[in-house]
Amino acid sequence: MQEIILIGLNHKTAPVELREKLSFTSEETLLALEFLKKNQDIREGLVFSTCNRTEVLFIPETYGQTEKIIEFISRHKNIGIPEFKSALYIHEGDDAIRHLFRVASSLDSMVVGEPQILGQIKQAYRIAVENGCSGVLLNRLMHKSFSIAKKIRRETGIGDNAVSISYAAIELANKIFADLSEKNVLLLGAGEMAELAVEHLLSNNVKEIVVANRTFKNAVALAEKFNGKAVTFEEREDALTHADIIISSTGATDYVLTHDQVRRVMKKRNHRTLFFIDIAVPRDIDPKINSISNAYVYDIDDLKNIVESNIEGREKETVKAERLIEEAALKFQKWLETLAIVPTIKALNDKMTSIVEIECKKTLSAMKHLTKEDIDAIQRMTQAIASRTIHDPIRFLRNTGDHRDDSLYLNVTRQLFNLGGSEEE
Amino acid sequence: MNDQTADLLLQIATVLYFSSFAGYAGFLFTQKKMYQKTALCLVASGVLVHFISMAVYTFSNHLVPILNLSQSLSVSAFALGCMFLFVQYKSDLKILGVFASALLTVIMGISLMIPEAPVVKNEVFKGFWFYSHILLIFLGEASLALACGTGILYLLQEKGIKTKAPGFFFRRLPSLDFLDDVGYTCLTNGFALLTIGLVTGFIYAKVIWGRFWSWDPKEIASVGTWLIYAALLHLRFYSGWRGRKSAIMTIIGFFIIIFTFIGVKILVGGHHDTFTK
Repeated sequence: MQEIILIGLNHKTAPVELREKLSFTSEETLLALEFLKKNQDIREGLVFSTCNRTEVLFIPETYGQTEKIIEFISRHKNIGIPEFKSALYIHEGDDAIRHLFRVASSLDSMVVGEPQILGQIKQAYRIAVENGCSGVLLNRLMHKSFSIAKKIRRETGIGDNAVSISYAAIELANKIFADLSEKNVLLLGAGEMAELAVEHLLSNNVKEIVVANRTFKNAVALAEKFNGKAVTFEEREDALTHADIIISSTGATDYVLTHDQVRRVMKKRNHRTLFFIDIAVPRDIDPKINSISNAYVYDIDDLKNIVESNIEGREKETVKAERLIEEAALKFQKWLETLAIVPTIKALNDKMTSIVEIECKKTLSAMKHLTKEDIDAIQRMTQAIASRTIHDPIRFLRNTGDHRDDSLYLNVTRQLFNLGGSEEE
Repeated sequence: MNDQTADLLLQIATVLYFSSFAGYAGFLFTQKKMYQKTALCLVASGVLVHFISMAVYTFSNHLVPILNLSQSLSVSAFALGCMFLFVQYKSDLKILGVFASALLTVIMGISLMIPEAPVVKNEVFKGFWFYSHILLIFLGEASLALACGTGILYLLQEKGIKTKAPGFFFRRLPSLDFLDDVGYTCLTNGFALLTIGLVTGFIYAKVIWGRFWSWDPKEIASVGTWLIYAALLHLRFYSGWRGRKSAIMTIIGFFIIIFTFIGVKILVGGHHDTFTK
């Protein structure tokens, strides 16, 4: 029976330096696939590498292939085996299947439920197919992993909840504004926090970014980085008239925006919605502003609370997802097992056919008086007897029960009919 | 082809509306698109059956079925169904179906349950101005009903965000901006239809009774309603009454419409009496 093996390392087993070293670019992936393909003892293979994981999935013909692949990685990446061996995990059989399903469903991700992983796996599979590295088993396994990932996304709330503060803020922004790409962002403060927040927002494509900072020089520097505009800190009230989302992260000890200021601005902007994200400690934005209509203020604690309740919800959903994966892995394992039965049945059939042929030849060559029709009839009859004889055993083999060790019966069948180990040829 | 067929079709339409409500409720809880699609198809087929029922009635009696309260309710439900399909097509605010299908079911339920007042044939109630008056007013009010629905959705979503406790509705409802937009579109469409509807009503009154205005209680209430919506739109344009305030106003406005539709007759009467008997 074929065994599926998965070796790899991820953010849980390896520090980022090691992951960076062992990550495969697309050219390197092609080289690795080439290596797998050339190796006669590896039937199918797939290489999958993102910033959080590098994994090789393969189906060996003989034992000892895992070591060869580790050697290849060491040689290719120019890194000693002891340096990364301890970070590797090696999963075989249903462990490998389960692991793949968990990765595809984003249960194994750093941010559980993040949606990119499935696309990355699909891409890796596509490359493997294009390079002729994927066969019957991997094709089926990968398609199963895609469908289980989709099912989990559909049936559990795993992808629903933002579990990081910036995700939570962006999710809120998306529930306040219809289209973020038409919205302007005002940054108060040009520190590292501001930069991080904007990087997240930029991936959501906002319209314009304006930076206001006490040290104007820093505002200009940050604005340049994001193709934005810099204004002096005193101009912030004016800037507020045109902004929709305000991210504040100054080191000020007092509020930098007060209730009265925002009230004034609200009139000027015809009460269009304002969303304040206050990530500064101590706070920059007067929390009373939240009571102004069409103004929403979230400080770092509010965001943290949302994240925490989301994490709780997600844990519940994870249990559901794990159950779905377990079911899918069992199903796949079962399919694999019937696949091992098929060659046995074929061997059994072949053996009977050859016996019938040999015996017919022997007998009929001594009976010259028979007409052609008679010969045909006798041949048909002997064939029928043979297939009738093995019909029930075959049915027994095919009909795999739930509480039965199929490999045992397969073994018995082989020994009884002396089929040998050649059925895999 | 007779009244019984029309009644039967009306009952079928009601069942379709009700099943679509069940579908939309399923969609609200499970968020499965299949439920929403099925529910939308059910509303559409409900509207179609409803239309056939009205056509059957019209052909067999040579009367448009709006001559008592039961029939008027049925026509207003039909208008609401049409308007909902239109808004759904235009703006794809799927969750609005929960509100629309629930309202459709309630209106049709009342329409079927109340005892039917005998229909008196009156030669006055026909002609181009009469039909356009009826059609425009009903469509306008349906549109304002949907504005009220989006207003309710807006308030639900806004409350969660304002109180920093995003709950059940947070993920199920779209963004505040979008809800406000759709509500505003429904509001302006409804207001425009209502305005033209009132004008055609006045013209019709002039043609039949020789005067535009006769201090009929319903006339007064309708113009009052119109003024409230006009004020709301004005405030929105010039004083920034958007979002929450606007949502509350559309809800209040719709309750005033319901009052104008039914309450006036109960309290005072007047020449619009026939339609709500």
